[in-house]
Amino acid sequence: MEWWTYSAEDFLLFSPRSYWRMFELQNEEFWPLPVVTLALGGIVTFLAMRGGANAIRGAAVILALVWAFVATAFLWHRYAEIHWAIAYVVPVFVLEALLLLMILFRSEVTRRPGGIAAWIGALLLAFATVGVPLLHGRERASSEIFGIAPDPTVIATLGFLLVLRGRWLWLLYPIPVLWCLQSAITLHAMGEAQAWLPFAAVAAAAAAGIAAAIRRPAPPPA
Amino acid sequence: MRTTRRAFLQTSVAAAAASAFLPVAMAAAARPATRAIPSSGEAMPMVGLGSWITFNVGDDPKLRDECAAVMGAFFDSGGRMIDSSPMYGSAQPVIGYGLQKLGQPKALFSAEKVWTSGDGATQIEATRAYWGVPRFDLLQVHNLVDWEVKLPLLFEMKAAGKLRYVGITTSEGRRHDLFEAIMRDHPLDFVQLTYNAVDREVEERLLPLATERKIAVIVNRPFKQGALTRRLANAPLPDWAGEIGAMSWAQILLKFILAHPAVTVAIPATSRVDHVRENLAAAAGPLPDQALRERISATVREI
Repeated sequence: MEWWTYSAEDFLLFSPRSYWRMFELQNEEFWPLPVVTLALGGIVTFLAMRGGANAIRGAAVILALVWAFVATAFLWHRYAEIHWAIAYVVPVFVLEALLLLMILFRSEVTRRPGGIAAWIGALLLAFATVGVPLLHGRERASSEIFGIAPDPTVIATLGFLLVLRGRWLWLLYPIPVLWCLQSAITLHAMGEAQAWLPFAAVAAAAAAGIAAAIRRPAPPPA
Repeated sequence: MRTTRRAFLQTSVAAAAASAFLPVAMAAAARPATRAIPSSGEAMPMVGLGSWITFNVGDDPKLRDECAAVMGAFFDSGGRMIDSSPMYGSAQPVIGYGLQKLGQPKALFSAEKVWTSGDGATQIEATRAYWGVPRFDLLQVHNLVDWEVKLPLLFEMKAAGKLRYVGITTSEGRRHDLFEAIMRDHPLDFVQLTYNAVDREVEERLLPLATERKIAVIVNRPFKQGALTRRLANAPLPDWAGEIGAMSWAQILLKFILAHPAVTVAIPATSRVDHVRENLAAAAGPLPDQALRERISATVREI
């Protein structure tokens, strides 16, 4: 295979009209669930700000549920119809849902006391739940909504993770980051300006990670 | 009957309006020219319908109906060949939906592909069920995937009367050396390749070889996956467009391709009824001579 002759456009299987129609159809089919998931996004944001073991676990349950729902209702039943490779992403989303429950319930995870990473995380979380549905200038009916569409769900999860600190949290980052990158490449290949959003989410997460590493105090001398 | 000034003016305005729209109406009504499939002599309208990207609309009922309308306009305008592949997502069931909605048009020339390193017969049968046709007119080995196994399978199907024509495909200039070797060594009816005003590599070896071996040529990506028509969207039509009866850049680009004597049919994909009519009309009027073809290519490269 002459792989060097391929570009992102060569792997694009659908048009922007088919892509954006998926969100319109999904919102229509599950209405009024988008209102409920939007409220759940608000609750996750509130719980993340509040901190505490129970609040973090409560948010983990909501996030695990919406990851599993997006995996089956959107990726499997909708997106895989026009993109055969998405069928392989479904179990990856289910895995992230399980990891969210396992790590946030079983390991020592706490809210960051402050700092750049926590602020970036809170902003990402709030923007993904409230800002993204209002973002693009298309018809409101095709808005991407937290808990219904993958991008705001994944970006909100990245934001939530940045608010926290804990030993095994790093295991929860690869799947959201990889999804954001593929989403950004897909949007870019379609010539959609909104490609900046998932790119920016990954860049913000990377910046927050670097800021947190710098802030971490050096271990005391032996 | 006394002609009043007002009635005269109304008649004149109507006549002027009618004559202004006449070229469009004529182009829409004219049937596309045909070329013979070398291995059989069967006449094939020189513009077909591709389904890459445009027909991959999933279960969306609104977009499925729009695709069916495009297919309806295609057949009404004299088109025959519709081309798809298992690689094109939901395009196959969407074509099947359109064919059923249109009452299984008799003019259909079904062109499909086998694209798997697994069981080709199973994939072909699934594809046939999606289309809802008794058999395919043409099956091609998509991008030469597993061609050593799939090509004999297609020749067997043809010998058994389960298929009318056999072909191979490539796109964007990939694997041309192997493609050429297969064209030389096997009795192919069709080849499908990428050819347009800026991608002209096939003129050197593959198109002359197709003529020599009496193989029909299907041209994919005539607009470079829409990149050429997007690039030319705001450019004014050159004066010489009228010489070949072209009313749009899309028609100029198609006429460039169709004027090559080795080309049998070009298969632009579209999701718009007006565009499918415009594409077929490109095969109805005069085609550019070699000098004008060079001018088209140079102009498109410059813009």
